[in-house]
Amino acid sequence: MAETMTAGPASMAAVPAPGDALLTIENLQAWYGESHILHGMDFHVRPGEVVTLLGRNGAGKTTTLKSIMGIIGKRTGSIRFDNHDISRTSSDKIARLGVAFCPEERGIFASLDVRENLMLPPQVRPGGLSLEQIFELFPNLKERLRSQGTKLSGGEQQMLAIARILRTGARFLMLDEPTEGLAPVIIQQIGHTIARLKNEGFTILLVEQNFRFAATVADRYYIVEHGKIIDGFANSELEANMDKLHTYLGV
Amino acid sequence: MSINLQALMAQLLVGLINGSFYALLSLGLAVIFGMLNIINFAHGAVYMMGAFCAYFLLNVMGIGYWPALIIAPIVVGIFGMILERTMLQWLAGLDHLYGLLLTFGMALIIQGVFQNYFGSSGLPYAIPAELQGGMNLGFMFLPIYRGWVVICSLIVCLATWFLIERTRLGANLRAATENPTLVRAFGINVPRMITLTYGLGVGLAALAGVLSAPINQVRPLMGADLIIVVFAVVVIGGMGSIMGSIITGFALGIVEGLTKYFYPEASNTVVFVLMVLVLLVKPSGLTGRTT
Ligand SMILES: Nc1ncnc2c1ncn2[C@@H]1O[C@H](COP(=O)(O)OP(=O)(O)O)[C@@H](O)[C@H]1O
Ligand SMILES: [Mg+2]
Repeated sequence: MAETMTAGPASMAAVPAPGDALLTIENLQAWYGESHILHGMDFHVRPGEVVTLLGRNGAGKTTTLKSIMGIIGKRTGSIRFDNHDISRTSSDKIARLGVAFCPEERGIFASLDVRENLMLPPQVRPGGLSLEQIFELFPNLKERLRSQGTKLSGGEQQMLAIARILRTGARFLMLDEPTEGLAPVIIQQIGHTIARLKNEGFTILLVEQNFRFAATVADRYYIVEHGKIIDGFANSELEANMDKLHTYLGV
Repeated sequence: MSINLQALMAQLLVGLINGSFYALLSLGLAVIFGMLNIINFAHGAVYMMGAFCAYFLLNVMGIGYWPALIIAPIVVGIFGMILERTMLQWLAGLDHLYGLLLTFGMALIIQGVFQNYFGSSGLPYAIPAELQGGMNLGFMFLPIYRGWVVICSLIVCLATWFLIERTRLGANLRAATENPTLVRAFGINVPRMITLTYGLGVGLAALAGVLSAPINQVRPLMGADLIIVVFAVVVIGGMGSIMGSIITGFALGIVEGLTKYFYPEASNTVVFVLMVLVLLVKPSGLTGRTT
């Protein structure tokens, strides 16, 4: 842990968050009922960055995103987004500040058709993608508008889950393992989408197990273990950190 | 056996009218169950309140049947929303049993209060002038008010179905039934939606109460008697589907009417016999979810 922290300005793990950060997390702790899952997370995301949380299964990555979104039983510590303290805010109000969440299980609604799924999240800010822009990104969806949401293939469901939050005008996206269980061509398509969103100035907090995929889009990485950030480095330092990364992820 | 068409038609009409009330009431129960996960035992009490509301509007304020058809569901709906805000919302996430006990208790209190002031006898409510009289259809005589009840109930049921299955608002509702946490995380105020849904379900029951006032008189226990049958209807239809509860409501009314003609001795029990059969074969109901 100590080595990368002193490795230069690009190493962020313990550096105080810069004043211009869009999202700043300090000493975040979270619980599911009695079980204490997050034990003091500290990290930040700057506007326009793609930041990836890496870590083994059960490390607490999903719990971190849920805590930011305000959909966890109990959380303490500080969560600042766009100069608002959101650590006690309800999730609908957090969404209205421009935070959008694409859950790991995708959360496609079976009782809604594809169009209804797509139109479900309300617009929270002006400037969301139009339906045309969405169909240009994900042509498959256009063909399936009348299908039941859960009748889509896994890949199409993932596209739908991403597409529907692009409509809302939210500029901060949290994507939880968007490539999990998908075929290589679809992973590639999702990679292109994320790269394009980044170009257009979206800020993205990504959770991934697949760090080869993450490497194609991320600016920085944080390693999560046992509910804490134990390391962090920039994409340019990825090669130098490869050995450690293999140890952390157990691959 | 020879069939007396006139008598058969008369029983079918009675069945259709009962079915109209079953459909409106079981529809409201299904809507409430979907969003709140509560089996609303107060449903009969709010039905009764709808009828009383129409009675007060007429006798205290001089407001007639047609405005009451709108005002009573709104007034009782608001009363329901207050119950949801102050009590039911705290049961979210708990076992069905708590909601059932709480709403059952509320029903007893509401009915007790009305009984205290009005006893158990019925108060008359006249059929509005426009709907008095009847029509000779050739094979039978149709009292106009009864025809109106069937048509009004059908329209309101189908409009509710359309609202839930075909509109944007309905899509929010269906989604929140499936996964309220995620819907809220998209920026939708789910708690407010739950309150409005309870208001909608209760308002439908109150509307049924207003419709029934000229037919059945206005009595504190009018809902308590009816709701037992409606719960059997709901068990048979299953709670999962809006259209399912509408169709089951009308269908069972008709089955009752036919039984009254062909085997009158069983007309009061046929719904319960069907309920037992359905429970044995498909416990989640004919259109219900299997969870
Ligand atoms: N709903 C839950 N209730 C109780 N414990 C949970 C729940 N969800 C996750 N956990 C536990 O929290 C820990 C972190 O889970 P999670 O944040 O999903 O990890 P990751 O996303 O990094 O794989 C795990 O030990 C997991 O078993
Ligand atoms: Mg996870």
